[in-house]
Amino acid sequence: MFVLVVGGGKVGYYLAKELVESGHEVVLMEKDHARADQIADEIGSIVIAHDGCEGKYLAEAGANRADIVAAVTGDDEDNLVICQMAKHHFDVPRTIARVNNPKNEELFKHLGVDELISPTRMILGSIEQDIPVHELLHLGSLGGSDLELIEAPLLPGSPAIGRAPRDLEIPEGCSLFAVVREGRAVPLRPDTILAEGDKVIAIGRAECEAALHGQLIGNAEPVG
Amino acid sequence: MKVVIVGCGRVGAVLAEAFEKAGNDVIILDRSTGAFDKLPSTFRGNAVRGDGTDEDVLRRAGAQDADVFLALTEGDNRNVMAAQLATEALNVGRVLAKVNDPVRAAAYADLGLATICRTNLMEDTILGFAGLSTAQRPPILAPQGTHPGGEHHRAEAEPAAATSEA
Repeated sequence: MFVLVVGGGKVGYYLAKELVESGHEVVLMEKDHARADQIADEIGSIVIAHDGCEGKYLAEAGANRADIVAAVTGDDEDNLVICQMAKHHFDVPRTIARVNNPKNEELFKHLGVDELISPTRMILGSIEQDIPVHELLHLGSLGGSDLELIEAPLLPGSPAIGRAPRDLEIPEGCSLFAVVREGRAVPLRPDTILAEGDKVIAIGRAECEAALHGQLIGNAEPVG
Repeated sequence: MKVVIVGCGRVGAVLAEAFEKAGNDVIILDRSTGAFDKLPSTFRGNAVRGDGTDEDVLRRAGAQDADVFLALTEGDNRNVMAAQLATEALNVGRVLAKVNDPVRAAAYADLGLATICRTNLMEDTILGFAGLSTAQRPPILAPQGTHPGGEHHRAEAEPAAATSEA
């Protein structure tokens, strides 16, 4: 398999190195000459010291016969253009782009990049998995007081589902005042019936958190 | 009209002034606030510091639903990406990207993106000035650009998907 790697940063360097070691034909493009020389010293003369965004140099690197082009520079706009040029100008069957801003994923997919790797998204996903979602979330404290702004997601098993605030035993020093439902926050009235998926916004002192937890979260199982 | 200009270089700045004088609402973006010194002191439009290839930044600047979107930074790739973002995600009317690499300018024009290439413009103009024959290229390639982007690709991808299902 002939793989054209564009971008000789850490990702491009180790990618090229691993691919060479596993017996693939690899060309690496890196526009910084000093960096290109350094890589060539380490993994051999597979480096082209030119800008992989330029059509002329992509052609020199053999883009027209590449099976895969992997654009792994640190700049999203460069990675997009490399993949689009590879795809449309050189008919490369498979293009892979590194995406730093996760918001760009949809656009890149829409514009025909075959595969996207987003380190930001991966790390984000890993962090989010570690945050227990069956807990009260602290949104902030109110200036100089000991009052906390708290969000309680109502997951299956929450004792508050199907009940209204007036039917709950809300601890002293604490009040429920809004609910976020389908992405919209609305004021909570004493007779609003709470539903699964609601996020209840409460305000209260730290010491009533345990009681609030019992009323709103209960023994709900964590999700995921 | 609402006009968005990404890149406040010489060209971006004079166009911002001209569009404003002609009675348009102008939003101009640049990554450096220093660039806005090129705008006349009378400029009343919206000068926003930020990355014009970032959808959030463009939305915050109010670029969505603009009538005209001009990507005029010094980076071809930034221009191409900003222009495609404007077409695909921001519902912009007419979009133009400055692409100084002739190969890329032609490639994106083929994809339906209106491009202007300073290299071509100057080459043709200077050769003409010197009395030599020129390639007679239009100043703007694919001026009616209706960027096909993903549609173009989905159309290609669908038959393949159908085959693999069958």
